[in-house]
Amino acid sequence: DGDVQRHLYLQEVLMQVADAPEKPRVPAFACQVAGCCQVFDALDDYEHHYHTLHGNVCSFCKRAFPSGHLLDAHILEWHDSLFQILSERQDMYQCLVEGCTEKFKTSRDRKEHMVRMHLYPADFRFDKPKKSRSPASTEVPGDSGERSEGEAMEICSEPVVASPAPAGERRTYSHRSVSKLFLKHVLNVCSVLRILGCTWAAALLIVNSER
Amino acid sequence: MWSRRQGRLRPTVCGVEELRRRRREQEAALRKARREQQLVSKRLLREDAPEEAGEGCVAAILGEAEMQQFLRQAQRGTEEKEREGALLSLRRGLQHPETQQTFIQLEGSMRTLVGLLTSNQALLQLEAARCLHELSHSEQSTIAEACLPATSYLLTYLSGHSSDFIELCLYTLGNLIVESEAVRRQLLPQGIVPALAACIQSPHVAVLEALGYALSQLLQAKEAPEKIIPPASASSSILASTLPQHMLQMLQPGPKLNPGVAVEFAWCLHYIICSQVSNPLLIGHGALSTLGLLLLDLAGAVQRTEDAGLELLACPVLRCLSNLLTEAAVETVGGQMQLRDERVVAALFILLQFFFQKQPSLLPEGLWLLNNLTANSPSFCTSLLSLDLIEPLLQLLPVSNVVSVMVLTVLCNVAEKGPAYCQRLWPGSLLPALLHTLAFSDTEVVGQSLELLHLLFLYQPEV
Repeated sequence: DGDVQRHLYLQEVLMQVADAPEKPRVPAFACQVAGCCQVFDALDDYEHHYHTLHGNVCSFCKRAFPSGHLLDAHILEWHDSLFQILSERQDMYQCLVEGCTEKFKTSRDRKEHMVRMHLYPADFRFDKPKKSRSPASTEVPGDSGERSEGEAMEICSEPVVASPAPAGERRTYSHRSVSKLFLKHVLNVCSVLRILGCTWAAALLIVNSER
Repeated sequence: MWSRRQGRLRPTVCGVEELRRRRREQEAALRKARREQQLVSKRLLREDAPEEAGEGCVAAILGEAEMQQFLRQAQRGTEEKEREGALLSLRRGLQHPETQQTFIQLEGSMRTLVGLLTSNQALLQLEAARCLHELSHSEQSTIAEACLPATSYLLTYLSGHSSDFIELCLYTLGNLIVESEAVRRQLLPQGIVPALAACIQSPHVAVLEALGYALSQLLQAKEAPEKIIPPASASSSILASTLPQHMLQMLQPGPKLNPGVAVEFAWCLHYIICSQVSNPLLIGHGALSTLGLLLLDLAGAVQRTEDAGLELLACPVLRCLSNLLTEAAVETVGGQMQLRDERVVAALFILLQFFFQKQPSLLPEGLWLLNNLTANSPSFCTSLLSLDLIEPLLQLLPVSNVVSVMVLTVLCNVAEKGPAYCQRLWPGSLLPALLHTLAFSDTEVVGQSLELLHLLFLYQPEV
């Protein structure tokens, strides 16, 4: 009979999921984060918006992630050049599933592991292989249309669409993009230093020590 | 949910008698379902009645064309409010089983919904999650299985920070888990156990309750004793994770004890114990002492006439204690692990009194615990005698046959401890009560009273 009681308890339809007429309304206010122009009239909505879009945001590329764990993985794999170097020698791509400690040589291997062992979808949105800086316009039909203001989450393009990159090719590509960035960075610094009146050699020294 | 439940004011249209009658019918139907092992509990989060009542009519069933239109609007609409509105209409429609069927048969519908679930618009995401939640409430496993593409995201979102959203995901997962083994087969390798173990550290009460719910559903799965609970199954194992310790922590009595959360985890513990996979492990974690202290706390609360749905916590705690006491490890572990506290007996009696007045159906549960306490332990029998609890016990005899049998069994436990015990049992109203029970028509009752008499005469022949 205790079971029956338990069942009745669970069955009671009583959650008040906060919804439009129910939520306490406040005078409309806008999100304070720079660049975000969303307006809200309920605090719960704003809380969810904040956590979703501004909570775990990559400071390099402004992409938002649902958790700190995924954000950390992203920064490591996309924006850390030391990671790139180390990954040539050892398995660095960690499985994204909480509790799994497996590491892999490439993000493709990791994805295969997640699909095979963890039954994750092949187009899992939070595991993108790093690709070109062209905007994510390769929409797989049926996906939600992406509004790119404050580009949060990219749509993943299926591996078949991107080149089935053998590791070597992708590596050079990423090196190329890294060095492009680096060059740009150096040029910026140089122009600044020129204004400051330093020599070229001194500029290189400074840049190197920074890195 | 607990706190909101207490604050709720539901405008009742029908009279109290009508409600009572309906409830009795419902209970009878549920008992029947339980006997047939078909009692499946799900939880549905839904907007409160006033909103629907205000509209005067329930949302209509959606046809395929309408649904497609809503989906398209949600996906590609220009105004955010428009997109949200479309999803809201979809959600209302999904309250109907027919609409749910139409939805899963519509090509690309789940893909679109998952896309919205992972979109960068927070409120769309929330609304999409609510649609999924509606679907999860279906009683058809095909619909639950249609939600499979979304599970990896639901799990991912458990490590986020938005507590309302996490709560919603947890309830949805809990519902899906109940419905289909295929869902469980996917969720386990996807890492649901580690995700829950991380989530249990959340400070939000609502999240914890939801987690308790989802976990309790996972533990009730028929394959749980082999595949989900045992430590051997590595990462997808409950016992190998930190979940049991956290659960016991939630059950510690004190100012931080939250009744709603405690109820959920007490039931979770009960299912784990019932599976009998590794109860010594739980005893090692201090389960006995925690539960014992909780029992004392409950008795205290009852005495202060705090009726905050306490019976809901009493039932699983009593069952857990009773079952744990049957473990052989209880004797071997010893020391402070063992439940030696005499106060437990007193507390139990306070609860029995409470049940007697308010919830007679729980008397067998309490008596079962008493039986297990007294069966192997002379000290508990002594407590029973020294606290003068025989009389109150005898007062329970007339309640029902089941209760009578249990009371008599407890008395037998005491009597078989030896002549000294029988001597102390004998005076008072024991004999008249026994003679009365011999007149019962139930053979079990009569059998048990004869057993008791036999023991008494064995040790006290002069009587």
